[in-house]
Amino acid sequence: MYKLLLCVRYLKTRYIALACIISVMLGVATMIVVNSVMAGFTTEMRDRLHNFLADIVIESRGTAGIEDAEKQMERVKSAAGQYIAAMTPTIEIPGMMTFTDPWSGETYTAPVQIQGIDPAGKAQVGPLQDYLDSYNPLLEDGTEVRPALRSREEPLGWELTDEGEKHFRMVQERNRLLLEDRQTESGSTAEPKPSEDAPVFDSEPAAEGDAVVAAPATTDEATMSTASDEGVNAEALFNSDHPDSHEPAVPLEARIYLGEGLVSFMARNPETGRQQKIMMVQPGDNVILSTITSGTPPDVTKFQATVVDTFRSGMNEYDSSIVLMNLDSLQKYRGMHLRNAISSIHIRLTDYSHAPRVLAALEQAFPPGMVNIRTWEEKQGMLLSAVEVETAILNVLLFLIIAVAGFGILAIFYMIVVEKTRDIGILKSLGASSGGVMSIFLSYGLGLGITGSAAGVFIGLLFVEYINEIEDVLSWVTGRKVFDEKIYFFLEIPTHVNPWMVISVAAGAIAIAVLASILPARRAARLHPVRALRFE
Amino acid sequence: MAEILKMTQPLITAEAVSRSYLKGQHQVPVLRGVCLSAARGEFVSVIGQSGSGKSTLLHIMGLLDSPDVGEVLLGGSRIDNLNPAARDQLRNHVFGFIFQFYHLLPELSLLENVMTPLMIRHSIFGFWKRRHEIRHAALSILQQTGLEHRLKHRPAELSGGEMQRGAIARALVGRPEILLADEPTGNLDAETGAGIMDLLNRLNQDQGLTIIMVTHDNAIAATAHRSVQLVQGRIQPAEVETSQDTQQRRRA
Repeated sequence: MYKLLLCVRYLKTRYIALACIISVMLGVATMIVVNSVMAGFTTEMRDRLHNFLADIVIESRGTAGIEDAEKQMERVKSAAGQYIAAMTPTIEIPGMMTFTDPWSGETYTAPVQIQGIDPAGKAQVGPLQDYLDSYNPLLEDGTEVRPALRSREEPLGWELTDEGEKHFRMVQERNRLLLEDRQTESGSTAEPKPSEDAPVFDSEPAAEGDAVVAAPATTDEATMSTASDEGVNAEALFNSDHPDSHEPAVPLEARIYLGEGLVSFMARNPETGRQQKIMMVQPGDNVILSTITSGTPPDVTKFQATVVDTFRSGMNEYDSSIVLMNLDSLQKYRGMHLRNAISSIHIRLTDYSHAPRVLAALEQAFPPGMVNIRTWEEKQGMLLSAVEVETAILNVLLFLIIAVAGFGILAIFYMIVVEKTRDIGILKSLGASSGGVMSIFLSYGLGLGITGSAAGVFIGLLFVEYINEIEDVLSWVTGRKVFDEKIYFFLEIPTHVNPWMVISVAAGAIAIAVLASILPARRAARLHPVRALRFE
Repeated sequence: MAEILKMTQPLITAEAVSRSYLKGQHQVPVLRGVCLSAARGEFVSVIGQSGSGKSTLLHIMGLLDSPDVGEVLLGGSRIDNLNPAARDQLRNHVFGFIFQFYHLLPELSLLENVMTPLMIRHSIFGFWKRRHEIRHAALSILQQTGLEHRLKHRPAELSGGEMQRGAIARALVGRPEILLADEPTGNLDAETGAGIMDLLNRLNQDQGLTIIMVTHDNAIAATAHRSVQLVQGRIQPAEVETSQDTQQRRRA
């Protein structure tokens, strides 16, 4: 009983013990915060990687793809149909995208990853609809500045929204006027095209299905694909050998969803002083895509495509590189349509735990060497294992922090034992055993550990809870963004609190506190009572 | 004196106790074959100058220290060679200590200080079961020592005399058989010291408590039944006239 009483009294009356508690607390809080954020990053990143990749991806080995999508999917279905919830054929091919920034007039070309998809199918293997801009209200600082342009019930497709169409027509008309301007300036060496007399741009766009592949390669392509010099532009325009470059302004056959990061940048609004996202390309704009055909050796092919929508998956890597395009057009431009060739099949399973079984079944179903069959985890293995290693190393380092706190406890306890030497002698003269004296200091360490851990857990969880607010304040104080969503993948700091992690961190800290108090406690226990009593 | 020793079987005896300390490289003998015994209910004082080994003798008899040579007997059986647990038990049950510097625990209130020996005796559970009983025992002891109005005070808030009376209360709360007092008045002024001696004498007379007290003050030693002198680690006949001498002389 005296052990408990003295232990509590020593805790209460020694302010130096507060230093121990604080060091334990800080160590525990740091570990909890870092672990939660790391776990948040990992889970969030895994989710996003996973959502975009589907569960299992069957990929062709070459850029030519695998023939006959229907047959391949039939093969997949017969091999492992009972496990499969959905699948969709896809073409994945690197390419370049050229677009004009309306703000500066500059033309940019950026490397992209073109994915030919069937939007309905893609939406079944991943949450594509959630990512598309037109299905979501536009938020700014948490307030809605624009309602969703499409209702959630509307199926995914390649149609422009009304606003997109308006923008499209506006761009077309502007280009036409620009063209006429130049024609009069240069004296028009080319034959005036008869159809130009009719104000076709006013008419409703013709049925899109009728548009030929190269049909709308009009002003846009010429303007953007050639050098910035206007004279050259105009010349290229007139020398354009597209026979039907005067077709009415209709959206092109090639339709794309653009990754938001590809065509947007953050800029400070001079009026409000707030960071704002500036879109350089909007739905209704045309861009030029270039990629390679499926021939051997491949040729370069380029074509225009109308931007239908932009998407944001939250995975910055994807948002700033992926262009989603209608599968049939991409097949045509790459010369794959006759064979109905695709480059990969994305599969979503009913239950991801079946993945190994499905993989094995699929390996059997396809001729060896024809395709790569991988789960999304295998496909992103490097990134995932890098994060895991990072987490492990961080944990080791942070645990060292608590170990340092442990040595602090050791030193402070030694001091307290020296200070309490006479009291130890008194207790022994009253009949206290060495074990009893030792347990006073051990339970003192335990008490410190528990108090420090509890405070650390509390503060750590509080920090995690309000981490985004704290980040805002820090950003405001330092004047620059602490957590830059461009560098990281996320819009706000993701956190995930694993209760077992919290428990083990707290238990580890308590164990270290007790371990650190063993040495001083043993010293206290071994003090000779007479020498302890004589100690002044 | 010899008659009295024969008359009663000694409660505690130190037999030919020697003890030396290492000081640097030299063995410094402190006790050189000391024999001292006390009968039940006897009040023995040991007089000696500083460094005469009187405190060491007390520590050895109270099992805080062990003799190099010699034995300590309690009721006829040897106790100095017991295992640590048994020694702890004996210190808690049989001996009560009083020190010159009171040695109350500064973090505890007076009441808690007095209850400490009983807290040590019982486990947490045992203490909880007997908490009223223990508190009552401590309270009544404190009443006897005249400190019932100081229960919640910390030692630092008490006067020297109060602290020493508190220490006596603490030594007595476990109902020990032998009280070992190490210069109980050494740090007090004469008047307060006399008060403490009165208290010890009363305890000795009323409750038959065996007391062994060491002091360097002849006047204080004179209140004991019997007095021995320790000079350079050896017992010498006392030159002090103790109360018993006085009684004997009166009888004669």
